[in-house]
Amino acid sequence: MSSAQIEIQLIASIVAIACAIPGTFLVLRKMAMISDAISHSILPGIVIGFFITQDLNSPLLIFLAAITGIITVVLVEKIQQTGLVKEDTAIGLVFPTLFSIGVILIAKNANDVHLDVDAVLLGELAFAPFDRFLISGYDMGPKSLWVIGTILIITLLLLWAFYKELKLSTFDAGLASALGFSPAILHYGLMTVSSVTTVGAFDAVGAILVVALMIAPAATAYLLTTNLKKMIALACFFGVLSALSGYWMAHWIDASIAGSITTMLGFIFFMVYLFAPSKGIIAVLYREKQQRKEVLLLTFLLHIKNHSEENERHVNHLNEHINWQKVKAQSVLDLATKNNMISIDNNIVSLTKKGEDFTSQAIDFIVTNEDSKIEHIKDDFFLFRG
Amino acid sequence: MKPIAVKVDDLTVAYNYKPVLWDIDLEIPEGVLMAIVGPNGAGKSTLIKSILGILKPIAGSVSIYGKSYEDQRSLVAYVPQKGSVDWDFPTTALDVVMMGTYGSLGWIKRPKQKEKKAALEALEKVGMLSFKNRQISQLSGGQQQRIFLARALVQNASIYFMDEPFQGVDATTEIAIINILKELRKANKTVIVVHHDLQTVPEYFDWVTFLNVKKIATGPVKDIFNDDNLTKTYGINYQVSIQE
Repeated sequence: MSSAQIEIQLIASIVAIACAIPGTFLVLRKMAMISDAISHSILPGIVIGFFITQDLNSPLLIFLAAITGIITVVLVEKIQQTGLVKEDTAIGLVFPTLFSIGVILIAKNANDVHLDVDAVLLGELAFAPFDRFLISGYDMGPKSLWVIGTILIITLLLLWAFYKELKLSTFDAGLASALGFSPAILHYGLMTVSSVTTVGAFDAVGAILVVALMIAPAATAYLLTTNLKKMIALACFFGVLSALSGYWMAHWIDASIAGSITTMLGFIFFMVYLFAPSKGIIAVLYREKQQRKEVLLLTFLLHIKNHSEENERHVNHLNEHINWQKVKAQSVLDLATKNNMISIDNNIVSLTKKGEDFTSQAIDFIVTNEDSKIEHIKDDFFLFRG
Repeated sequence: MKPIAVKVDDLTVAYNYKPVLWDIDLEIPEGVLMAIVGPNGAGKSTLIKSILGILKPIAGSVSIYGKSYEDQRSLVAYVPQKGSVDWDFPTTALDVVMMGTYGSLGWIKRPKQKEKKAALEALEKVGMLSFKNRQISQLSGGQQQRIFLARALVQNASIYFMDEPFQGVDATTEIAIINILKELRKANKTVIVVHHDLQTVPEYFDWVTFLNVKKIATGPVKDIFNDDNLTKTYGINYQVSIQE
């Protein structure tokens, strides 16, 4: 690998981590679309900043763009508060307006400078190593690496300091307010960090990929864990994984780096969506199938429990009595036998002690709906879970 | 004469210029277990949220033991409506109860062993200790409500505000919760509960406030829980007065 390749991967990875952290909270707050709005509507901030500083990595430009991001959030909230339109409509009104102002500003004034709409949308990660950060002639590495690195360090410090407050206000804003942790301060704090991160990542990966890097890793992590700290860590991991695999995919098929990274983000989400152990589609389908089977099992056990007459309990007549097809009746019989719930003597089915107990407990649960009674059954059976 | 725990003066709250609470005066004495009753949209939750500073009133004031709520935060615990939070949030029962300790910790400082111990004790009190590591979406409605109660208990407050703690809970949980509330009253704590089931008011509570945008009546259940006030509050003839 050349040093430029290493630098590109390093920038992409750091951008991914810097985006995944605020992204996790945006996903949990159901505000994913706000990041889309911010990433587009900061364009006029960037353009005006660029006219003043002539430098895409200048702190002033980042400051101006972040302010535009906050203005976006405030405008969306103000429009929404009128009660005339819903939040998604408000977002759809605000960001195209601001974005188009940026597009017009570029078209009118920036023909001769390094800033065009393509670069804004998709970024130019491949060019990032060309823009060096020089201190008295000494090469300190790519400028965008320094910018996004600084943003990441600030994000990590804020996360470390206000993790508890962010968690509380995200989960229960009412309690946060009652306990004196102003949800408004935390909300705008998060919005500021999201805006600054978006600007910092903008130059490298563009407006579209920034959204993907914020939302997709967090959404993927959400499918895999029930612990907020792990969710943040997993989101960072998936972000970096997509950044690196996307880079090499682009290298291999000779395509846009930003496009390839976004494709990998989508691909990884899809894989996890299919195969996640408890929330994944395959796991859910399997669980539903098991549940259907267990309902049948319970129906069967109840039937046996309710009937002492031998003709009702004869193996060959079971299907007639509970109106099941032979195959279904056989599979339920096998399941019950496997779990030692029944014994078969001379083709007559009877409940074992375990079968009796299980059936009584199951009835108790269904009648009273008391969870505490079936805690231990829950471990064996899907039926009573969630 | 017992001191006044919560005092509300001329409180008016409006959403979009439409008053939902109108000129409320209320004095809640220390050590009562009080129900706030009224029809849907009567402003019951709004009243609690305004007392706790979550909503800003357009007029009036609130005091907790004679001082503003901001000065007395540590004396007050709050149980929001169960439906107001996302139970799919990635966290455990213990972690939710720990949130009750955040107020006394203040900004930045994080919970330590002492807070964890208090949270475990509160979980034990509501009979949920064995569920401490359970993800909150894996709890039943009654269990989630107990977790919320434990989170309020861990605050070790003097005044408890609860927004419909009996909503969607099974009979066992309802009894468990009311027993804890009665214990709190025995310890001279003040408990204020938004309540829906009029039948149980005389059995559970010793103080009641009738609310329907305006305050209809407030006082001891045995004096004011009668057909007259119920009719004034609900606007139709009610026949659920106390059976002598």
